[in-house]
Amino acid sequence: MNSTTSTGGIKPKHQRLVLLVIALVALIGAGLLAAYALSNQASYFYVPADLVKVPPEQGRAIRLGGMVEKGSLKTRPDGITIDFVVGDGKARVPVRYTGITPDLFVEGSGVVAEGRMEGNVFVADNLLAKHDENYVPRQMGDMSAEQIKQVVAETK
Amino acid sequence: MTAETPRRAGLAMWLPLALFGAFLALVIWGLYRPANTEVASAFIGKPLPQFDLPAATDDRPGLSSAQMQTGKPRLLNVFASWCVPCAVEAPQLEALRRHGVEIDGVAIRDRKADLDRFLATYGNPFARIGRDDLSEVQVGIGSSGVPETFVIDGKGVIRYQHIGEIRAEDVPMILAKLKEAQS
Amino acid sequence: MIAEIGLAVLWMAAALAVLQLFAGFSALRPGGKALAGVVRPLAVMQGLLVALSFMALIDLFLETDLSVKLVAANSHSMKPFIFKLAGTWGNHEGSMLLWVTIMAVSGGVVALVEKRLREDTLIATLAGQAFVSLGFYAFLLLSSNPFERLPEPAPEGMGLNPLLQDVGLAFHPPTLYVGYVGLSVAFSFAIGALITRDVGPAFARAMRPWVLGAWIFLTIGITAGSYWAYYTLGWGGWWFWDPVENASLMPWLAATALLHSASVLASRNALRAWTVMLGVIAFSMSMVGTFLVRSGILTSVHAFAVDPERGSFILALLAIYIGGALVLFGVRANTVTEGERFSLVSREASLVFNNVMLCGILAIVLLGTLYPLMTEAFGAKVSVGPPYFNPVGAIFALPMMVMMAVGPLLRWRRDNPSRISATVAVPALASALALLAVVLLAPGINLLPMLGLAVGAGLALASWLPLRGRNLRRTPLSVWGMVVGHFGLAVALIGAASESAFSTERLAAMNVGDRQSVGPITLRLESIEPVAGPNWTALEATISASYKGGAPVTLHPQARTFSSPPGERTESALHTRWNGQLYAVLGNEGDDGRWQMRFWWKPFVPLLWLGGLLVAFGGLLALIGRVAQDVKRLRVNDKIAFRKARQEALK
Repeated sequence: MNSTTSTGGIKPKHQRLVLLVIALVALIGAGLLAAYALSNQASYFYVPADLVKVPPEQGRAIRLGGMVEKGSLKTRPDGITIDFVVGDGKARVPVRYTGITPDLFVEGSGVVAEGRMEGNVFVADNLLAKHDENYVPRQMGDMSAEQIKQVVAETK
Repeated sequence: MTAETPRRAGLAMWLPLALFGAFLALVIWGLYRPANTEVASAFIGKPLPQFDLPAATDDRPGLSSAQMQTGKPRLLNVFASWCVPCAVEAPQLEALRRHGVEIDGVAIRDRKADLDRFLATYGNPFARIGRDDLSEVQVGIGSSGVPETFVIDGKGVIRYQHIGEIRAEDVPMILAKLKEAQS
Repeated sequence: MIAEIGLAVLWMAAALAVLQLFAGFSALRPGGKALAGVVRPLAVMQGLLVALSFMALIDLFLETDLSVKLVAANSHSMKPFIFKLAGTWGNHEGSMLLWVTIMAVSGGVVALVEKRLREDTLIATLAGQAFVSLGFYAFLLLSSNPFERLPEPAPEGMGLNPLLQDVGLAFHPPTLYVGYVGLSVAFSFAIGALITRDVGPAFARAMRPWVLGAWIFLTIGITAGSYWAYYTLGWGGWWFWDPVENASLMPWLAATALLHSASVLASRNALRAWTVMLGVIAFSMSMVGTFLVRSGILTSVHAFAVDPERGSFILALLAIYIGGALVLFGVRANTVTEGERFSLVSREASLVFNNVMLCGILAIVLLGTLYPLMTEAFGAKVSVGPPYFNPVGAIFALPMMVMMAVGPLLRWRRDNPSRISATVAVPALASALALLAVVLLAPGINLLPMLGLAVGAGLALASWLPLRGRNLRRTPLSVWGMVVGHFGLAVALIGAASESAFSTERLAAMNVGDRQSVGPITLRLESIEPVAGPNWTALEATISASYKGGAPVTLHPQARTFSSPPGERTESALHTRWNGQLYAVLGNEGDDGRWQMRFWWKPFVPLLWLGGLLVAFGGLLALIGRVAQDVKRLRVNDKIAFRKARQEALK
């Protein structure tokens, strides 16, 4: 691994070293930047119980998953803003959403809402209700059977 | 410095491999992590809970846990007329029935008129259909959504749980699970 | 009978691949020269046989031979011709066969036409190609035989799913696929050159057309995929940083870097080890992408058939090939001699800068895509979206685009910054003016789109400057390709920045007859009526839209309900003008009988996809230019050889 294997003589490996250092610095920079940005920008997933127990910062992008409580869905007079309550059997969080609801979004279904807390209300930018008849959202897999029983009983 | 540089460069050449190794470790863990989408694999190997459901339609009897212990393995399908994937799996249930499999259904939170229309449209492969308006059976057997299908052996013990719709390519696997449950 | 022939031929091809690997391997050992002559013919034969096998499968699908399991499961005698054809690769087994077909046929073409490369390097390359394809042969023949017969022919095929009969769906995946597999050729070249320690300009020239070809397909695939997501998801966005999208972007980033470093190696004999490394990375990103999409390890908004078992198979192949290549790289990279030197101000240096930036973006996208998986290992559940990708990616992308404007004006090896400063002043002025205009005319837009517009305007102008002072007729096509490609990227950047800066949105509940406005457009909901299609019924809104009081046009967004298989989908409606696009979505009916409607006015958004196509077109020009040059050079060499031979004979 010494100069014998290199260009076969006196030529120093200077340029290669410089290039290597530049590449490494840039990549490590990218990695650090990514790590820093990820820790700030990644949106954490909450179920209502966690949200009430350890409230996230106001305005930080998070996602909220749970069941839409039966009877809680109300449309405001403007016709496009809805209010509903997402629950997990332990806690309930009021949610506001302005926009067109996904096809599968109905009371009693599971939902994952992307948005942020404003005061005590979760303001959603986007609702994902895909596959909710089929599966509990992956992130809700941690709910115990007991919790699910309660939720099902509530949303009946 | 000059003597050291080639060696340092040499070590750097192994960096990609190290990063790749970390990537592999991560995705292997991801691929084989315990599947936490299933809420209920804990119920496999347990007997069915006691239940006695009224009939959901006029032409099929209701369903009770005692009736499930026939000495022959059977399928228990948890479905609902309001569920889209349930309609998707209907041809596969029909195919299973034609293979001589007895299938019992549990209709979750359904209305009779809707259910009749659903069965008329997509076929009715069920021997019995119980009405579960409170989701009590559903929760009791550890099902978290519809559709789900359980393989029940002759003694009424849950042997396999299939989450989501049965696709055409799943049919042989279900048949194999039924055969397994026979022993 | 056809199915049996197809299968037999496939087995024969796999056997030839084994032979090719061993012949190539022993030809490279001392005393194995005898076998060197058979490697090329083997590669050509293998390509022909696999092509035959693939044609057999196409024939089975076109005839709808229902005794074949794959046909019965995926086709139907009533399907239109084009979808019968697309059904061949629209399933797992068929797509794997397409994969080995592209691989083996390109191997055959390499064996047939590649004359510049040292013979032992070429043999090592072909052996590498055989090694990579063997894994896929094994997968195909042992666990997913496309020619499997049913015990009894099925009465009818199951594949008349009208939802999947979409021309976009039929051709989008194979387009990306061709790009992925094309990068495997670059990978084999890199392996071959590492084995024989022959990393030089000849290697780069041999590899370049394959990288270019793959890159063109990837560019088209990504552009089309983005438009498709924009149109069908009904969310008004064109890129969601979803794992499936990132899976196609990452190989593109690596291939773009490879393309540029290969051209440095080809013309200047520098960046040797770096180019080899990128060859490995580009193909590994293809496999990582395929793996992420197929294994379902990450959740995505795009529906995709996932199968963890097949995922683990692809992962095993990934570990063997990429792990093996990286070990080889670790062992051999130090023996790759340093290339030609260049100064800090030179075209090489600008390309190095952009390569590093591209790799930085690649690292950022890869980390962001895998981050949810990493945090899950520690018990937290997160998702990563545009708030991360957009700014962090831009930190690398914007300086890169600035450099794109300057780099092509620099001379190779060494240049004087003052030589080009007058030339560069023009696009710099354009950028400054654009920035000023945006700040004055549209205050309050975000920083990123503002910078995007400024850089885009400068680059759009600067990309044409390399043509300055050239005789346009005699400018090589590859230079035109570069110019058009860089211009296309500027156009796409302007489209994206303008979409993000100036889009206006209107969300409203409307009665029939109500008026609304979005941006410069006034709208009126004329009616809502049920309509029916072949397998769906829909509520269709009729909207008349008028741009600044001009003649109205009508749009028909729909909310469709499908019958087989059942499902619901919103069908957005678009109206494209030269200066933007109106996007309309019909939502649900409220309790009070009003309809939820959503409109966007997106100025200049079509530039985004137009730019993408221009980039691909630039690639095509460069490819044609390079291949024509190569052919010319070959013919000249042949002529010289012929004359020499004749002179010898005359003597």
